[in-house]
Amino acid sequence: MSLLRVTDLAVSIHGAPLLERVAFTLDPGEIFGLVGESGSGKSLTALALMGLLPQGAATTGHAELQGVDLLNQTEAAMCRLRGNRIGMIFQEPMTALNPLMTIGDQVAETLMVHRNMPRREALAIARAKLDRVGLPEPRFALSLYPHELSGGQRQRVAIALAIALQPALLIADEPTTALDVTTQAQILDLLRDLVADVGMGLMLITHDLAVVAGLANNTAVMQTGRIVEQGNTEALFRARTHPYTAALFAASAHQPARVDIGTPEPLLTVENATRAYTLARPRPFAKHPVLHAVDDVSFTLHEGESLGLVGSSGCGKSTLTRAILGLDALQGGEIRLFGKRVGPGMSNRLRAGVQVVFQDPYGSFNPRWRVDRLVAEPFHLMPQPPADWRERVAEALIEVGLRADDRGKYIHEFSGGQRQRIAIARALITRPELIVLDEAVSALDVRIRAQVLDLLASLRKSHGLAYLFISHDLSVVRAITDRVLVMEAGRIVEQGPTEALFNAPAHPVTRRLVAATPQIPPEWMEKRA
Amino acid sequence: MRPGLVIGIALAGLALAAALLSLVWTPYDVTALAISQKLQAPSAAHWLGTDHFGRDIAAMLMVGARTSLAVALVAVGIGMGLGVPLGLLAAAKPGWADELTMRGNDLVFAFPSLVIAILITAVFGPSAINAIIAIGIFNIPVFARVTRGGALSLWTLDYIRAAQVAGKGRARISLEHILPNIANLLIVQGTIQFSLGILAEAGLSYVGLGAQPPLPSWGRMLAEAQTMVTLAPHVAIFPGLAIVATVLGLNLLGDGLRDALDPRLRRAR
Amino acid sequence: MLRYLLKRLLSLVASLLAASLVIFAVIEVIPGDPAAYMLGMNAAPDTVAALRESLGLNGALPVRYLRWISGMITGDFGISYTYKVPVADLVAARLLISLPLTVLALVLSTAIALPIGLLAAARRGRAADYAVMGGTQLGIAVPNFWFAMLLVLAFALNWRIFPAGGFPGWADPLAGLRALTLPAVALALPQAAILARVLRSALIETLGQDYIRTARAKGLSGAQALTRHALRNALIPVLTILGMQFSFLLAGAIIIENVFYIPGLGRLIFQAITQRDLIVVESVVMILVFAVILVTFLTDLAYAAVDPRLRARA
Repeated sequence: MSLLRVTDLAVSIHGAPLLERVAFTLDPGEIFGLVGESGSGKSLTALALMGLLPQGAATTGHAELQGVDLLNQTEAAMCRLRGNRIGMIFQEPMTALNPLMTIGDQVAETLMVHRNMPRREALAIARAKLDRVGLPEPRFALSLYPHELSGGQRQRVAIALAIALQPALLIADEPTTALDVTTQAQILDLLRDLVADVGMGLMLITHDLAVVAGLANNTAVMQTGRIVEQGNTEALFRARTHPYTAALFAASAHQPARVDIGTPEPLLTVENATRAYTLARPRPFAKHPVLHAVDDVSFTLHEGESLGLVGSSGCGKSTLTRAILGLDALQGGEIRLFGKRVGPGMSNRLRAGVQVVFQDPYGSFNPRWRVDRLVAEPFHLMPQPPADWRERVAEALIEVGLRADDRGKYIHEFSGGQRQRIAIARALITRPELIVLDEAVSALDVRIRAQVLDLLASLRKSHGLAYLFISHDLSVVRAITDRVLVMEAGRIVEQGPTEALFNAPAHPVTRRLVAATPQIPPEWMEKRA
Repeated sequence: MRPGLVIGIALAGLALAAALLSLVWTPYDVTALAISQKLQAPSAAHWLGTDHFGRDIAAMLMVGARTSLAVALVAVGIGMGLGVPLGLLAAAKPGWADELTMRGNDLVFAFPSLVIAILITAVFGPSAINAIIAIGIFNIPVFARVTRGGALSLWTLDYIRAAQVAGKGRARISLEHILPNIANLLIVQGTIQFSLGILAEAGLSYVGLGAQPPLPSWGRMLAEAQTMVTLAPHVAIFPGLAIVATVLGLNLLGDGLRDALDPRLRRAR
Repeated sequence: MLRYLLKRLLSLVASLLAASLVIFAVIEVIPGDPAAYMLGMNAAPDTVAALRESLGLNGALPVRYLRWISGMITGDFGISYTYKVPVADLVAARLLISLPLTVLALVLSTAIALPIGLLAAARRGRAADYAVMGGTQLGIAVPNFWFAMLLVLAFALNWRIFPAGGFPGWADPLAGLRALTLPAVALALPQAAILARVLRSALIETLGQDYIRTARAKGLSGAQALTRHALRNALIPVLTILGMQFSFLLAGAIIIENVFYIPGLGRLIFQAITQRDLIVVESVVMILVFAVILVTFLTDLAYAAVDPRLRARA
C-alpha cells in the first residue's frame, strides 16, 4: 500500500501551464528523489502537494496520501494535515526561522497547533526532537534564538519542527543546496537516519544528481513541468534512456579539455599572508576575541596554471580572495604579482593584470548600464581608454559565445549563463594574465555550467590565462584545475596536483571534504554498449 | 497608467498651474480690500466667496499656492542638496564620517521642524524664509538616512566590487553606480517630503511663524478664518480643501511613481 | 542587554548635551546681546545693562552655559522676563495640559491604526484593503488643525457633545478629558492614517518572508501565521514610526491648542516669541527636545525588548 500516489497532477498559474501529467508513487520508508534543473517544476510539485501554491494557481489531478486526496481539501483540512501528516523543509535555512522566537518555541509550536497540550509538555517534546536531530543540551538550549546558530544548525531546527509530530511524509526541497559540503553530508545522513528509524517517506528534491544517487531508492527526472523518466535510481542512472537524462549525466560528469602548460614561471606569489579581525567583546572588560581569517598563508601560482582553492564556509577563502584582488590590505606578509606588491594602493597597470568573475550573475552588474559600458569598465585602469573600445567589447562578446550587437542591450535581457559569459568578457577586456573565478559557476544549472567550463578551458588555451578557481564544489574543481589548495580556519592545510590530492587525500580536513562530497558511483557512469 | 497616478498628476498639476497662473493673472486683486464685499458666500461673481476683508478667496488660494509650493520645494531642495551627499559619504566611508552623520541625524531629529522654527523665529523674527530654513533643516537627516540606507545595501553587491577591481575609487563609485540606483528611492522620498512640507508650512503660517502679510498663505487664511467659522464656514473650508487636494495629489503622485519605477512591484501586480 | 542599556543611556545624555549646546548657541550667542534684543531698539543703554546684569549675561560663555545646565538639573529654569515668575512654574502648569493631550492622541492613534493596518494586510488586494488605503490616503493629507476646526463646527456648535474650546482644569478629571477629546481626536486621526499604512506595508513585507512559509508548512493557518509570526516582526519598523509620531504629535498639540483656546505650551511659547522673552523660549525648547530625546530612548529600549538580535549585538 503506497504512502503517496500522485496521478495526473497539473498546475497552471494565471492560465499558464507549469506542470503537466505528473504521476508517481512513494512507499512508506522510501526515499524518492525528484531531480531537474531550475524551472523544471520540482518545487511547484512539492508546493502543490502541500497546498501552498501562490495566488492564482489552479491545480487538477489527484494526490492520495494515506487515502486523503491532498489536492481536494479545504484550507482548514490542509492546515490540519500540514506539520501533522506531511511536513516540509526548504532551501534557505538562514531565513527559514522566525528571528524573534526561540528555537524551543518554534518546534513546540507545531505540537501546540495540532494537539491541545500545555506549553511545558510541548517544550519537553521539543527538547527530545532537538536532541534527535543532533542539537543536544546544554549547547543548544531551547531558549536559543536562530541568529545564534549556523546555517546547518538552523536546518536541523527546521527538520525538528517538521518531524515533531512524526508525519508520514517529509518533503525536502533542496535542503542542502545552501550549505557547504561537510554540513550537507551531515544533514543528508540525518535525513536517511530519520527515514530508517520510523519508516517515514522522504521526497528529496534537488538539482544534484550525485546527492540523489547516494540516497534515493527511486528517482524521477523532471524537465519543464513534466516527468520525463522515473524508476529505481540505479537502474535509471545506468540506463539513461531518455535523452534529457543522458544530457544531464553528461553535463554532470563533464570534463573540459585539459590544457598542457609545461613548466611555467611563477606569476602570483603569496608569502606569509595574514589578516585578522578583532571582534566585539562577549562581555564588558573581556578581551576582544581575534579572528584569524587568513593565517600565515603561502603559495605560488604559475603562468597559465589553473589553481583551485577549496574549503568550507568560514575557512578564509573570501578574505584571501579580496586580498589577492587588492581590495583589502594584509596585516602581515605580502602578495606579489609579477614581483610587484599587490594591495589597495597598487597601480592601475598592475590591477589590469588580475581581474575577477563573481558568483552571482544577478548582482554582478549595474542594472542601469548597457552591456558595452559594463564590459568596458575595466578600461578605467588604462591611462587612456582605447579609441576602439566599442570594437574591443564586441570582440570580447564574440569570444565568449555571444553576439556583437548584444552590447547595446541591458543586462536583464540575459539569462544567468549568458550573464556569466558577459562577466568573463569583462574580465578579459584588459588582457589580464590572471583571472580569479570566485564560485563563478556555482549558481548555474549543470548543463550551462558544463558549457561555461568549456569556455573557460578554451579561453585559457587561447590566451594563456592563469586561473585561481575558488569553489566549494569539489567535482567542479577536479574538472578544471591542475593544482589545488585546501584551506581551513585561515590556513592552507594541504596542496598538490588536483587528481592525486583528491584520490589520496592526506590531511584529515581534505579527507573529510572528499568523503562528504556525494559522487555518482563510477560503475553507473560507464558508457552503455 | 494607473488611476491613482492620473489623479495625483491632475491635483498636483492643478496646484502648480494655479500658482504659476497667479504670477500673471488672478480673478481679483488680492491686495485690494473691499470691506463692503466681506464674507460673501460663493456666487457667480466670486466662485469661492470672499473673506473678512472682501478679498476674493479663489484669488487668495491661487497666490497662496505660490507660497506653499515654493516653501515646500526649496525645503526639499535643501534637504536633498545637503542630505544626499551626506548619506552617500556615510555609506562609502564607514568610520568617522558614518558615525558623525548618524549622530548629527539623531540630533536634528530631536528637534521637530516646529521647534526649529520656534528657535529661528525667536531670534530672527517670523518669515517665509525662516519657515523654509526650519523645514529644510529637518529634511536633511531624512534624506541622509534614506540615502545611507539605500547606498549601504548596494555597497555589498558584486558589481561594486567589480568597479573597485576596475580601479575606481569610492567617490566615483558613489556617483556612477550608487546614486543612479537609488534615484528612484530619492524621487519617491522627495515627493513625500514635498507634501509634508506643504503641511508643515500650513501649520507654521497658521500659528504666525511662516509667511507674513502681505504674502498670502493658506495656513494664515485658516488662522484668520477661525474667529468667523460659525458666521462664514466657507472661509475656513476652502483653504483647507486646497491643502488637502494638493497634499493628496502629491502623495498619489509619489505612490504612482514608486510603483511605476519599481521593477519588482510591477511584476507582483 | 545591560551593555545595550548603558550605550543607549550614554547616547541619551550625549544627545541632551548636544541639543542644549545648540539651543544655547542660537538663543544666547546669535542675537549678539540677548538683553538688547529683548528690550528692543529704543531701550536706554542703562536699562539694557541692568537687564544683562540681572539675567547674568555678563559672564563668559562657558560659565553661563554651565550655570544654565546646572540650573535646569535642579529645576531652576530662570525667571520669565514678561511675567516675572519662575519659568518652571509657568511651564509645569502648561505641561500638565500639553503632555496628557499628546499621550492621549498617541494612544488613540495607535488604537485606531492597529486593527485597521492588520485588516488591510490580512485582506490584501480585496475590498477592505482598498477601503483602508483610500481612507488613509485621505487621512494623511488632512492638516490636523483644519480637521480640528471642522470638528469644532460639527460637534461643539451643532451637536454640542464636547466643548468648543477652553480647558476647565484637572480638578474634575472627566471634564478635563472631555475638553481634550476633540483636540486629541483631531491630532490622532491623521497620525493613525500614517501608522496604519506603515503597519500594513510592514506586515505585507514580513508576510513575504521565508519563516512565514515555514509556519504555514507546520500547519498554521494564514491568520495564525499573521498574528503569531508576522505581527511581531512587523513591530520593528512600526516602533520607529511610533517614536517619531510622539514628536510630531507634540508639535501638533502645540499648534492645535490655538483652535481650541487651550492654555498649553503653545500659547506660552508663541506669546513669548512675540514678546521676545528669550528665557521662556530657551527653556520651553529645551523641555520639548528633552521629551523627544527621552521618547527616542524609550523606543530604543522597546526595540531591544522585541528583537533579541539587538540585545546580543549591543
